[in-house]
Amino acid sequence: MKGDIKKVIHRNLWKDNPIIRQILGICSALAVTGLMVNSLVMGIGLMFVTAFSSLTISALRNFIPKRIRMIVQTLIIASYVILVDIFLKANYPDISRALGPYVGLIITNCIIMGRAEAFAQKNKPVISFLDGLFAGAGYTVILLMISMVREFLGFGTLMGYELGLEFTRWTIMVMPPAAFFIIAVMIWISSNIMSRRKKSTEKSKGEAQRA
Amino acid sequence: MNSGDIGIFVIFFASISTSNMILSNFLGMCSFISVSNEYKTASGLGKAVAFVIVLTTAVNYAVYKFVILPLELEYLRYIVFIIVIAATVQITEMVLDRFFSSLYVKLGIFLPLITVNCAILGISLFMVIRDYSFIQTLMFALGSGIGWWIAIIALAAIRERIAKNKLPKGLEGPGITFIITGIMALAFIGFSGIFIIQ
Repeated sequence: MKGDIKKVIHRNLWKDNPIIRQILGICSALAVTGLMVNSLVMGIGLMFVTAFSSLTISALRNFIPKRIRMIVQTLIIASYVILVDIFLKANYPDISRALGPYVGLIITNCIIMGRAEAFAQKNKPVISFLDGLFAGAGYTVILLMISMVREFLGFGTLMGYELGLEFTRWTIMVMPPAAFFIIAVMIWISSNIMSRRKKSTEKSKGEAQRA
Repeated sequence: MNSGDIGIFVIFFASISTSNMILSNFLGMCSFISVSNEYKTASGLGKAVAFVIVLTTAVNYAVYKFVILPLELEYLRYIVFIIVIAATVQITEMVLDRFFSSLYVKLGIFLPLITVNCAILGISLFMVIRDYSFIQTLMFALGSGIGWWIAIIALAAIRERIAKNKLPKGLEGPGITFIITGIMALAFIGFSGIFIIQ
C-alpha cells in the first residue's frame, strides 16, 4: 500500500503530469495563470473536485452500469463543481468574478474525466482519492509555476505582494500568448530531462549486462 | 453587466477575431492541440464544432430563460447545460445519420468528442455572464464557431508545412504546437481595439 501511494505521487506530479506530460486540462491552465492567487484558488478547486469525484466514482464503481458511466461520471463531477462555485461566490466574490466561467469549466476539464476513466473505476476508494488529489496537485504546481513567471515579469509582484524591484514590465506576459510560450518551454525542458534520464538508465543497464 | 446595447455585428466579428475562443479565451484547447496535425481532419472537426456550438447554445439559451430562471435554479445551470449539450450531440448524431448520411460520414467520428469540448460549455457560460439577448447569443455562437474553425485550420496548415522540418530536440509535437499557437495569438492581438465586447 505504501509503495502504491509513493508510485501514485511520483506518477501524477512528474512522470505523467497532467499538463506538461499528457497535455490535458490546458484550457483553464492557460486562462487563469495571469495572477498567482487565481491559479492557487483554481488549483485547490480542481484538487478538491478531482479527489472527491474519484472517491465517489470509485465507491460506486460496482453500481454504475457500464453503458451510461460517462454521463453518471459527468453528473458526479458537476455536483462537486457546483459546491466549489457556491463556496467561492459566498466567501471570495472577487476571485470568483475574476475566474469567471473557468470554475464551471472544471466540469469539462479532461484531467478529472481521465482520472475517473483510467484509475478510479478500477481501484479502491482510498487510493483513488489520493490519485485524484495528486493529479490535482500536479496541475496546481504547474499552474503556479506558469503564473509565477507571468505575474513577476508582467506586474512585478508575487502573490499580490510588491517586490520593489525596478524594471520595465513585460506587457506581453499579461496577455494570452505568453501562457503558450511558457507552457511550450516547460514541455521542452521536461521532455529533454525525461529523454536524458532514459538514456542514462539504458546506458547503466547496458554496462551492467556487459559486466 | 448589461450588454444589451452592443450591436450584433460587433459581437459577430469580435468573437471571430479579438475574442477568438481559442486564441484569447483558451477554450477547446485539448482537441485543438491533438487533432490539428492534418488539415482535412482539422477542418472537419472545426465545422462539426461550429455546428454544435450554434445548436447547443440556442437550446441552452431557451432552457436558461424558460426553465432555470423562472424556477430560480441558477446554481444548477452547470448540470443542466452539460446534460443539454450531451443530449443535443446525441440527437444531432441520430438526425444526421438518418437524413444526411453523407454529412454524418464526414462529421460522425468527431461528434462524441465534441461533448467534452470546453468551448461549447464555455460559450453557454459566457452567454449567462454577459447577459446576451437571443439574437446576440446566436451571433456570438456563430462567430465563435467560425473563429474556432479558422484557428484550427490555420494551425493545421502550419503544422503540415513544418511536419518534415528539423526541430530542436524535445520540442517536437505538443511543444512546437504551443509556440505556433502563441505566435498566432500574438497576430490576433493585432485586431484588438477594433472591437471590444468584454
